[in-house]
Amino acid sequence: MKKLNIVVLAKQVPDTRNVGKDAMTAEGTVNRAALAAIFNPEDLNALEMALALKSQIPGTTVHVLTMGPERAEEILRDSIFRGADGGTLLSGREFAGADTLATSYALTCALKKLNPDLVVAGRQAIDGDTAQVGPQVAGKMDLPQVTYAEEVVEIKESTLVIKRRLERGVETVECPVPAVITVNGTAPDCRPKNARRVMRYKNMPLTVWGAADVDPDMDQLGLNGSPTKVKKIENVVFRAKECKRMTGTDTEIEGMMKELIASHTIG
Amino acid sequence: MSNFYLDNKDLQFQLDHPMHRKIVELKERQFALRKDYEQAPVDFDDAMDNYRRVLEITGEVCGEVIAANAEEVDHEGPRVANDRVVYAAGTQRNLDAVNAAGLGGMTLPYKYDGLNFPLFCFVMANEMVARGDAGFENLWGLQDCAETLNEFASEEIKEFFLPMVSEGATCAMDLTEPDAGSDLGAVMLRATYDEKSDRWLLNGVKRFITNGDGDVALVLARTEDGTKDARGLSMLVHDKRDGGIKVRRIENKLGIKGSPTCELVFTNAPARLVGDRKMGLIKYTMALMNAARLGIGAQSVGLCEAAYREALKYAHEREQFGKPIIQFAAVSEMLSNMKAKLQGARALLYETTRFVEIYKQYAHIAAERDLTPEERTEMKFYNRLADAFTPLLKLFSSEFSNQLTYDAIQIHGGSGFMKDYPCERLYRDARITNIYEGTSQLQVVAAINGITKGVFVEQIAQYGGFEELRRKLDEMVARVDELDKQTPGYKDFHARRLVETAGWIVMAQLLERQTKEHEMYVDSAEILAKLAQSKIDEAYTYLMHSPTGDVELFNRVQNEIL
Repeated sequence: MKKLNIVVLAKQVPDTRNVGKDAMTAEGTVNRAALAAIFNPEDLNALEMALALKSQIPGTTVHVLTMGPERAEEILRDSIFRGADGGTLLSGREFAGADTLATSYALTCALKKLNPDLVVAGRQAIDGDTAQVGPQVAGKMDLPQVTYAEEVVEIKESTLVIKRRLERGVETVECPVPAVITVNGTAPDCRPKNARRVMRYKNMPLTVWGAADVDPDMDQLGLNGSPTKVKKIENVVFRAKECKRMTGTDTEIEGMMKELIASHTIG
Repeated sequence: MSNFYLDNKDLQFQLDHPMHRKIVELKERQFALRKDYEQAPVDFDDAMDNYRRVLEITGEVCGEVIAANAEEVDHEGPRVANDRVVYAAGTQRNLDAVNAAGLGGMTLPYKYDGLNFPLFCFVMANEMVARGDAGFENLWGLQDCAETLNEFASEEIKEFFLPMVSEGATCAMDLTEPDAGSDLGAVMLRATYDEKSDRWLLNGVKRFITNGDGDVALVLARTEDGTKDARGLSMLVHDKRDGGIKVRRIENKLGIKGSPTCELVFTNAPARLVGDRKMGLIKYTMALMNAARLGIGAQSVGLCEAAYREALKYAHEREQFGKPIIQFAAVSEMLSNMKAKLQGARALLYETTRFVEIYKQYAHIAAERDLTPEERTEMKFYNRLADAFTPLLKLFSSEFSNQLTYDAIQIHGGSGFMKDYPCERLYRDARITNIYEGTSQLQVVAAINGITKGVFVEQIAQYGGFEELRRKLDEMVARVDELDKQTPGYKDFHARRLVETAGWIVMAQLLERQTKEHEMYVDSAEILAKLAQSKIDEAYTYLMHSPTGDVELFNRVQNEIL
């Protein structure tokens, strides 16, 4: 395969593993200030897949694209420390409050400028859990997509053979490039940041694009372009209210099965 | 996410020691290196920012990768296949991770693709690696061999070998032989010069060699035919790719099982001479061993940290008689003592590191330009302190790592004796620390000079405070000086008591000094002072009541034969 210009889509997300009372703003969006900001975990798997391709296909470059407030630049720098060649931040008031539709639109506008041979993204972000942005980008770019990717099994002349991790097993597909791949959390962990790269690139300037830089239809950006409205998010802790003890005899188990089927808990 | 740097306030505190400004300025040659190397820092703050970032990366690799693999590595261990070492799968993953993180050649100059970090960063990294897996610390910490090459080898050798280490090549120091352990002067491995290839050819056997199949080997060998003592030994460096060394077997050990301890057979293995002939043991091995002892200090402190944390966690979780066992006085006293010893040993570790580093930096600068008279005086001053403190550190930290891992099991009770908790591995791993790179008994022999030549007394006076303990040390030293003249052997008999007394005072003083900068040390400083008091009282009572006849009394066992 000829050298690829890979763009990784990444997102800085609030660490939703610790959601408190102030996790939401009055407008119904996530209150980013109240939560620690981290590199979305599956985007790190995506970055690793891209970096692995870079080391296998000579001349390949990996560029990371993210949309978010100024501090989202942290994950671009993090990516560069891990081996990416560069990063671009889409930032500005016009992009704010975007749902997946407006996000994928903004990213697509930027991607058209970056003109990638391959787009790699994490399956989903832990703040929204929608898994929609990757596929929507593929749709808008009119590119084939491979979702739930776990491993690039083989690199052929003009196609990639990719293993997908599905709920009930594994599927191996072959897809032409350009394409969009979304990567599962079961894919290999991302390599660590590299000390030498940290010393070299910690002050490297990054590209920041505002709305004007990507030539968009303003009606499709940010809150304007977002039909989704979040009413409320909350932290739900599952807790059993009552419990039944059984000794494990066949009759007991049979009885329990019938009961669960009757209550539509299973089946 | 587990990060062994970010979760350790004591370690972070050590990074900000005021003396580090001077050390960084020396290491970066007043930041003049920036002219030639774009990755070099522009000033002190920039340098510290680099160190923090890289220590954070190291902490993450240690917490997320190395610690996570430790149990599996302990069970699997390395093996020999076709005369080569095959690491445990987890060990290989560890190596891949530290190499991906670019942690090789941490202290080596930019010129050889190193990070040019000060020694204190390397020691901190070592400590964190050891906390994750003490056995793996051996493999990674051996990159320190490159420092010996950097100090003594020719430019040609440095240009060849040092970039390899920066890229992640592993090292070995091939010293011990079946009949030459503590007595390295008896080394017999033969080196003969081969004019045709302009290489020395090595023939013989080495034993107990840590990571014996490493990429770069420093070998102590007999270059002078017909000699039998240390004066016939030289240091040579061997590139594994040249062949000639076979791994005959790997030892089955009590602990640090992931670290391959090899028996090696040399058959015309080509090697190059490091520095001057005949200086192998007298100069280069001594430098190598001193660096290695600092490494064991870091390894021991890492083990202490791991043991304390395991014990503390368990003492909170385990309930007996309706409450967590930490609420019982016997357990909380043990934990408090463990913490005080851990922090005392760490304070001693970084104090020693600073002494070593300053004089080493002056030695390097001396190779580039003449030192000023003040610089020469300073170099000598710190060299003397480093020589005294290094064995003291090795002695105390290694003994403490044994004590803390022992206590950690005790706090776990019966569960600690089972293979279900990490504390049993820590206990086995710690057991080697007071044996290798010179036993505790040999550290006393090395450190006693610091007592008799007054280094410790001067430095202890400099630190100040603890008058009563210092008076007792003075009395003990005076008595030993006097009685040793009457009965030679009296000083040797009491050497350990004297060295330990000095060590307890130093650690108490260092923690006391830290309380002035951070309140988190207040309790530990008070507890360590109590321990010091009682240990010194014991040594004092024993020594001040010890007649010269004790020398003979304790020699009589020599006549006992089974």
